[in-house]
Amino acid sequence: MDLATNPHPDLTIITVKAGRIDAAAAIAFKDAMRAALADGPDHVVLDLSQVTFVDSSGLGAIVAAMKMTGDGRRLDLAGLTPDVAKVFRLTRMDTIFTIHPDIGQLVRRATG
Amino acid sequence: MADSIRLDCIATESDVRDLLIDLRARLLAATLSVEDCGTIEIALAEALNNIVEHAFPSDAPGRIALRLHLSPARLRCELRDQGTALPGLAPPDSSLPELTGPPETLPEGGFGWSLIRTLTERLHYERHDGENRLTLEFNLRPS
Repeated sequence: MDLATNPHPDLTIITVKAGRIDAAAAIAFKDAMRAALADGPDHVVLDLSQVTFVDSSGLGAIVAAMKMTGDGRRLDLAGLTPDVAKVFRLTRMDTIFTIHPDIGQLVRRATG
Repeated sequence: MADSIRLDCIATESDVRDLLIDLRARLLAATLSVEDCGTIEIALAEALNNIVEHAFPSDAPGRIALRLHLSPARLRCELRDQGTALPGLAPPDSSLPELTGPPETLPEGGFGWSLIRTLTERLHYERHDGENRLTLEFNLRPS
C-alpha cells in the first residue's frame, strides 16, 4: 500500500494513499506502516483523509500500527471521513486515539 | 426505486471488496442517503468477511449470494453460503472488546459482530439444508 511520509520539525505526517483499509488491504497496510515507522519519528499523525472505508480488519491494523510506534512515541489520526469516523465511534476507538479534525491546520502549525 | 437486487461473489477478501463497491453504487443510485449507505456497507462488510474467514477453508472458497429487498423505509439483506455453520447455530451475542489497560493490550479484532448488531435493526440466522442464511435488516432515513 502506498503511504506518503512528510517529516516536519515536530511531527511526521503519514498519508494513506488508498481509498480503503479493509480485510483485503490490512496486511499490506501494516507492512507499509512498519517500514514507514522504522525511522523512529517521535510523533506521527496518520492522515486518513483519502480513506473512505475502514472495516474491523482495517481498524485492527491501525491499532497494530499504533502499537508499533510504542515506547513514548505517539500515533495520532487526522482527516477521518464520515464512515471511518463511524467505525471509530461505534467501537469506542475514538476514545483511544487523539483525532485531529483538520489535517490542513495541523500541517500549517507544523510548518510554522 | 429498485425493489430487489441480487449479487454474488467468491468468498475472498478481494471479491468481497468488489461486491461492496458495486453495492454502494447501486444503493446510491436507488437514492438511499449517504449515511444509510455507510451503515449498510460497514455491517455487510463485517458479515461477508466473517464468511470469508470462518465458513470456508482459504484454499477452497465457496460462493456467497446476497439478495436485497428494498422498500421505502427498510432494507432487508440476506446472505447465503454453503460453508460451515455458525457455532451454536446463532450469531454470537458478543459485546465490544474492552479497551482498558495499556496500549500494547488493546484488541486488534473482535469488533465484527458488535458492529453488525449495533448497525442493524434486526438480525436473523438460520441453517437450512446445509446452507447458512443470515438476514440483516436496516431502517432507512429519508435521503
